[in-house]
This record gives sequence, C-alpha cells and structure tokens, in this order.
Amino acid sequence: MEAFATALPALGDAWALILQPIVLGYLVLGVVMGLAVGVFPGLGGIAGLSLLLPFMFGMDPILGLALMIGMVAVVPTSDTFASVLMGIPGSSASQATVLDGFPMAKKGEAARALSAAFASSLFGGLVGATFLTMFILIARPIVLAFGLPEMLMITILGLSMVAILAGRIPLKGVAAAGLGLMVGTIGEADAGGSLRMATYDIPYLTDGLKLVIVGLGIFAVPEIVSLLRQDRSIAKGASLGAGWLDGVKDWFANIWLSVRCSIIGVIVGVIPGLGGSVVDWIAYGHSVQTTKDKSNFGKGEVRGVIGPESSNNAKEGGGLVPTLLFGIPGSGSMAIFIGAVALLGSGDIEVGPSMLQDNLDITYSIVWLLALANVVGTILCIAASGGIAKLTTIRFTYLAPFLFMLISFAAFQSGQNFEDLLALFVIGLIGIFLRRFDWSRPAFLIGFVLSNPVEKFTNQAFQIASFRFRKSFGEGMEYVFSPIVIILIVVTIVSIILGIRQAKMIMAEGEVQSGSKRAPLVFLLAIMAYLVVALINANMIPDYNMTDKIIPLVIGYVSLFCCVVLLIQMIHRPEGDAIFADKEVAGEDASAPHGLWSTLAWFASLIAATWVVGFILALIGFLIAFLRVRAGSSWQMTLVLTACGIGFMCVMAGALNRDFPPGLLQDMVDLPWPLK
Amino acid sequence: MTISNFTRRAVVGLIAAAGLAAPVAAEVDFSGKTIEWVIPFSETGGSAKWANFFAPLLSEALPGQPTVVVKFMPGAGSTKGANWFQEQEHDDGTLLFGTSGSTQFPYLLSDPRVRYEYNDWIPVMASGTGGVAYLNPEDGAKFDGSANALKDTSFIYGSQGATRLDLVPLLAWQMLGMDVEPVFGIKGRGDGRLMFERGEANIDYQTSSGYLGGSAPLVEAGQAVPMMTWGALDADGNIVRDPTFPDIATFKEVCEATDGCETSGEAWDAWKAFFVAGFPVQKLAFLPGDTPQDVVDTYTAAFQAVTERADFGDISSKRVGKYPVFVGDGSKAALQTATSVDDNAKQYVLNWLKDSYGVELN
Repeated sequence: MEAFATALPALGDAWALILQPIVLGYLVLGVVMGLAVGVFPGLGGIAGLSLLLPFMFGMDPILGLALMIGMVAVVPTSDTFASVLMGIPGSSASQATVLDGFPMAKKGEAARALSAAFASSLFGGLVGATFLTMFILIARPIVLAFGLPEMLMITILGLSMVAILAGRIPLKGVAAAGLGLMVGTIGEADAGGSLRMATYDIPYLTDGLKLVIVGLGIFAVPEIVSLLRQDRSIAKGASLGAGWLDGVKDWFANIWLSVRCSIIGVIVGVIPGLGGSVVDWIAYGHSVQTTKDKSNFGKGEVRGVIGPESSNNAKEGGGLVPTLLFGIPGSGSMAIFIGAVALLGSGDIEVGPSMLQDNLDITYSIVWLLALANVVGTILCIAASGGIAKLTTIRFTYLAPFLFMLISFAAFQSGQNFEDLLALFVIGLIGIFLRRFDWSRPAFLIGFVLSNPVEKFTNQAFQIASFRFRKSFGEGMEYVFSPIVIILIVVTIVSIILGIRQAKMIMAEGEVQSGSKRAPLVFLLAIMAYLVVALINANMIPDYNMTDKIIPLVIGYVSLFCCVVLLIQMIHRPEGDAIFADKEVAGEDASAPHGLWSTLAWFASLIAATWVVGFILALIGFLIAFLRVRAGSSWQMTLVLTACGIGFMCVMAGALNRDFPPGLLQDMVDLPWPLK
Repeated sequence: MTISNFTRRAVVGLIAAAGLAAPVAAEVDFSGKTIEWVIPFSETGGSAKWANFFAPLLSEALPGQPTVVVKFMPGAGSTKGANWFQEQEHDDGTLLFGTSGSTQFPYLLSDPRVRYEYNDWIPVMASGTGGVAYLNPEDGAKFDGSANALKDTSFIYGSQGATRLDLVPLLAWQMLGMDVEPVFGIKGRGDGRLMFERGEANIDYQTSSGYLGGSAPLVEAGQAVPMMTWGALDADGNIVRDPTFPDIATFKEVCEATDGCETSGEAWDAWKAFFVAGFPVQKLAFLPGDTPQDVVDTYTAAFQAVTERADFGDISSKRVGKYPVFVGDGSKAALQTATSVDDNAKQYVLNWLKDSYGVELN
C-alpha cells in the first residue's frame, strides 16, 4: 500500500505534465510523422526515431518524450495497413494479422478489417497502460522470476501454436515449422560461432536471414504474384462490402476477447528477451481456441484480427517495463529510445533501476503518453481507413509494380546488401511453393521466428541447469520445474491437444484441390534434400561445439522423420487424396490468365536490373516496361505513374536518409543521390 | 611501442591539437551538408550511444553546422562495416566511421574475415572506458581483496563470446584461479546483468557506464559486491585505480594478493595487452585514408572544441564515463595502442582460446 501512496501523487504529476497544449501538440506531430514513416514495412520505428535523434539533445524532456513516443506508438498501428491491404507483414507485431486480415480485404471487407484492427489496437493500448500503472510498481520481482527455463517454455508455447495452424495434414505443418526452424539456424551460431549452412566466402549468410525478408518472402511475394496472375483487384469484384463502422461494432461485440488478448500482450511484453515475436501468435491461438465456430479462420474471421491487434499495442506498453526498469531494450526502437532519453534536457533521466524512485512521474508520463498517442493515432487511422480501403478495388496490375518496389526497398533496408534482394526472391519462391502445395506458411514463419530463441534458451537453460544439478539434485529440479514452468507446461499441452483437434477446420490457404502425385512429391523430395544437406552440415561441427549443433540435429531429424512418413503416405495413397493438395490443379491460380513463371520473371528482372544499374534506374525501366507491356496503359498514364512511384520513393528515402541498392554501374561511376 | 610512449604522445597530441584548432577551422565549410557517421553495429549497442552522444555536439562545433546523422551498418560483429569502410575514399569529408573494441579484437587476433587495415585510416577522435567485475552477496562475503577463498566456488557468467571484449574478464578470472563457466550467446551486457539479477549467473562485469546505470544500485541494495575494476593507465602506462571508481581495487591489486597469480610473465603481458586494446582506447572515429589535411584538421578542431565545452565534463561523465577523449595526434597515438599487441601476447591468447573454448580463428 505504501507503494500506492507514492504512486498517486506521481500519477497526478504525470497528468499535469502531459495535459499541456504544447505537449499534446508535440505528441500529435510525432503521431503524424510515425504514420507517414509507418507505411514502409519493416522499417518504421527505428528509421523514424533515428531521424528525431539529432533534435533530442538538450530538448525539454517532456516535449522530447511526447515527440518520440508519438512516433513509436503508432508504428504497430500503422503497419496494419500493409498487413490487411496487401498481405505484407510489416513487423513481427503484425504477422498474425495477415492471416485473417488479408482474406477479409479480398472479400471486399478491408475497411471493416482495418477499423476492427484499429479499435482493438486502441483498446489494447489503453488496457495495457491501465494495467501498467499498477503493475509497474511491483513489476521488478515478477520480471526477475522469469528465468531461462520460463522463457524457453513461453517460446515453446508460441511454437505450440503450430498445432492450430498446421492445416489439413498435421504432419505437413510440423515439417513446415521444422523447415522454418532449420532456415532460422542458418549462419553463425550464437553460442560457439560455428557456421551452419553458410561459409565465410558468402559473408551475407553468416549473419543469417532477417525476419523482414522471410516475412515478406513467405507472405507478401506469393500473394502479390498470385493476385497479379489473376489480374483482378484485391477485393473480388472490385466492390467494398462492410464499412468501417461494422469493424468497430465487431470489436465491441468481441470486447472480452480484446481484453484477454491485451492482458496477454502486456504480460508477454514485460518479459525481456522475448520481444514481440510470440505475442501475436499466442493471441491468435487464443482467439481460435475461444471461438465456437472455427470454420472461418484463415478465410477472413474478424476475431482473427481483433485478437492479435489487441495484443500488439498492449505489448508495446509491456515492453516499457524492461526498458525503463532494467535499461534493457525490448526492441530496436526501444534501444534508440533509451539512447535518446539520455540526450534529453540536462541528461538527468537515466533509464534503469532508479526510474521508479527518482522519476516516477516521468515513468507515468511515458506510460500514458503511449496510451494517448494510441488514441490519437487510431482515430486518424480509422478516419483514413475507409478511403485507403479503396486501394483494394484498383486493378491489381496497377498496384503490383509499386508493391514490388516497396518490398524490394524494405528488404534492402534490413541488411543494405544486394543479397537482401536475392534472399527475398529465393524465400519468395519457397513461399510460393509452400502456398501452392498447402504447406502451412504460418507454421514455417513461427518456426523461423522462434528458431533463435528456442536454440538460445535451450542451450543456456541446459547449461545453467546442469550447473545446478551438479550442486545438488534438489536445486536442479527447483530451477527447471519452477511453478511458472509447470503452469506453462500445462498450458502448452492443453493448447497442443486443442490445436490438433481444431486444426482440420482452419485452412489458412482456403480450400485447395488435390491433383496428381508428381508435383507435390517433387516438392517434398526437395525439402528432404535440403534437410539431409543441413543435417550433414550440422554433423560436421566438431563435438566441443555441441551447443551449436544439437538444435539443428534434433530439429533436422524430427523434420526429416515427418517428411519420410509423408513420403510413405504419398506412395500409398491414391491420386486426389488431400495430401496431394496443389493450387495449380483447380481454383483461382489454375484458371489465372497469366502463368507463374512469366509473372515471377517481372520481379526477377527488377532485381537483375538493379544488380546492373542500381535500384532507381532499374526501377524507372521496370515501372515503364511493366505499366506499358503488362498493364497495357497509355504512355501518358505510364509516365505519370512512374514519376509518382520514383518521386515517392525518393522523398521517403531522402527524408529518412536511406540509400538504395547500388549496381555494377555505381561501382564504376560516381553518380549523385538518388542514383548512387 | 610502449605504453608510456603512447600516453606521453597522447598528452603532446592534445596540446598540439589545441594549438591547431583555431586557424584552420575557417577554411572548410560544411554549410548545408549532411555528415554520415557510420557505425558498424546495430542501433542498440554501446557504440550507438557513443556516436549519438557526440553527433549533435560535433554538428555544433563543425564550421557551417552540418547535420550529423548516425548510420548503422551491422553485420558479422562489425567486420562487415569495417570491410566496407576500407573501400571508401574521400569525397567531400562527409563520411565518418566509428569502431569499437569488437572491431579491434578480430583485427588483433587475425580473424580471417578481417579485410580492413587500421593503419590505412585517419583517426580523429578516440575515447576509452573502464570495467567493473562484481559478485553475488554470498560469494562476495568470501572475497577479502584476494581470490583465494573463491577458488572452490563454481561461477556462471553470461557472456557474449570469448573472442569479444569478454576475453578480458574471462582471462582475468582464469589467472586468479577461479572456475568461471561462461554461458555464451547473450546479446549485450545488459542481458548479462539481468541473468545475474535473476540469480542464474553469480558473477558479472559491466563497462563503466553500464555499471553506474544498472549495477551500482544493486550494490547499494546489497544484491551485489564489487570485486575489481580493470583499472586505468597512468601517464607512464602503469595500471592504476580507475578514476571513476577510486574505491574499488584493480585486477592488478587482486592478482598480487592472490596465490598463484602473477603480475608479470606471459599471461599477465597478454592480459594487459588486450586490456589496453579494449578499454582505455575502446572507441575511435575515423576519416577515410586519403582525406586531405585541411579536412582532418577541421574535424580535429571540432572534436577539440567539443571536449572543451564548459559542460562537457558534466554531460560526458553521465553518458560515456569520466575518461579522457583523445583528439588529433592524441587519437593517432591512441590508435597505435589499441591496434598493436606483440606476437607473444597474441599467440598466448590464441592458444588459450583454443584450449579453453575450442575456438580456432582460421
């Protein structure tokens, strides 16, 4: 109670600090900038904050905080546009939103999906802030109770969501997740530095693949290519059904789901080291499990949007706890935030354990500025959603070249290598085939995202556990099976059992027809070949670096085992069985007017031209050729659209101080920006 | 080159640089330009904090007040960015590059991925830091200024990797005869401290700013006991108490008090060589190798002006610690110190890495 006695006046002080016109003005400014930056998938918060940094030095702390928080807070809100409208997961926070948000857009319900998402975001942010106001006072011991075994169990709980998303053939889902995990291990191992499926001759691979590229490749590329082949608008029939008011009503009808997912978001967000990667999957899983009629998930179920979106803004609030109380950033943007706070004013605010004693009013200001920024940002977004949703009625052939432009640029920003574009293409190809043969893409992505945490926490927890066991058996058991771990194990087991029972009803790819044996079999064999090579590769790591090889070996064998069982099943089952699902047999893809390879060749040509003449020059050529030849538009239209695209790209990149991929030409001659 | 030589040169450099500052400043003008300060690490690390601290100050001090933006180019533990910088040529003086101990160590250990050569670059500023090791209260009670009573305890330490800056603490603890098992794979020392706070690790070390911000409150609350600092260098290159932590003994003192630990000989020389390369000169700012002298002088004068700000001591002690900032010739001498260890020390460390952690760097 003593804590609350000091908290109340601090809370009052915080509100007095926030509720000044000038502070609110800075907040709105930050929100508007955040929304403008947020359209770039995978870049938003970090780029925006870096941009603000030079102005932070010596700035009045509360104004600087308002500006920065305004910007950070709306990024998980604004990247919902890309996830819902284009199927592009902008950040780890919006991966799960794609699953049902994008199908809703295809049904012509983009405005409904967006406003449901925004309403949930707003509510999640507010619930998160309220919860934090109490929780932050007692958070420290609770955060410290989450040791490595507990974090490992939460990661495994996240991984167990694969069970729900596995699709019609559970084995395929498990194998897809295994493949994702294996792809996640590519590169230099964290523990011993051994290389897995990489070589120092290709430095790009030693750092491993980035989430942005895998997310774009697995979700965005296949959808863009598929829509482009069908040559239609995103919303079928180019008509918009339900409007934004329906979305808000949907959210209100599911308000308790929203509350529960917000709480999940805050709690998981509070734990340092996990970041946002598992939150939305756990929230999605929870949404599925608590819905009576599960048949619509993956096809445009609004609860599939409300759940993850309620959790992801709440998570931002939760993420403040490790940032403010321990000085440990939960994400890239939080890390810059810490650095920027140090620059504010006379530098008196030091993020870390002293925040609660010395700066409780500032702490509360941060929490509530975040909530307030959510409100402002969401209202702007809802107001815009009806108009922006009209994008889904445009003939997709006009959108596609600009989407290729955006995703290439986003991919390049993740590592600033030309190889980023190649990786995007290759992963995109894998995504296209996973989609075609009905292998669960969400399962693959969950595997990839959780690959590093699974490996890291397993190794570290194992090392510390064996250390404790050496001391005494009792101490070891106490460490490994803490009450939190036991609770999480129970939750995980329940969620797997429920998940397997429900998985058959949730078809993330919609209905897929089955066809002949050959194509699915070839794809399976290709996956098996990769797994075998990866296993041989992992096996070659010397035994003293056991920490670097054990996870790839175990996961590799399990996945290979699944594949072998699938192979046997494929041999024995007749053609037309569900196991031979193939989108090219019947349905939208099969009847599309354009072929897969000719469509993909357009994207490949952009990348190839970039390699030669650099991004901007390649883009000019690509846009003109695409709009003239593929879209068949007039010269006038082509030139206007091209100029718009290039102009947009240059303005955004220029404002954010970002470079474009250079080509061979740029190696030889010095060109001025943006051509360099 | 000896350490005393280095420090003397650093002092001379500081004086010389101060003398140079005023007259050249007018010739180069950066009005309306944007200076890119490239950091080969992610936005989240200590080098980012360092560059972000200096960037606005540098912007004010450079003629024409250009915008100074910090750009991040992470990859392969800074090797990627450094290899990239090696390829860069002088354009209009708007490119600055920052390195850290993690860039220095692979260079010193001849990591096969290193394709950069420090001696090709022109240093304009260098700054250092210190480090503090601390124990949990239970084992801290056994610590009496020597590690004699700690030799039977098993320690767990959250580490970023034996070839990184963690080389310095790991080697120090081993020389003291302590049994410290590193848990590899953590990202950043903040995670290491959290592991310590959770009781999973029972020994930890932080650089000075990390210690002041995160660990000193633990010491005050009785949840941690400081063990030793790595120390600082005096004008003659001797290790003395760290001015930021005058009450905490140095590793040298603890080693002298501990049975079996020698402050001379092969192991000591190797430790000292890597300590000097990693801490007193931890972070450096460079211009490309072919930069004309007037631009170099402009930057030197600007950094000089930054360090002479009336409030510099105050704001820097909070952000980057109370350590000297070397400019101009001082930074050249600092670079020499940071990037040269003798072959014996190198060989000793390479063998130790191989024997203790199975790491082979080629």
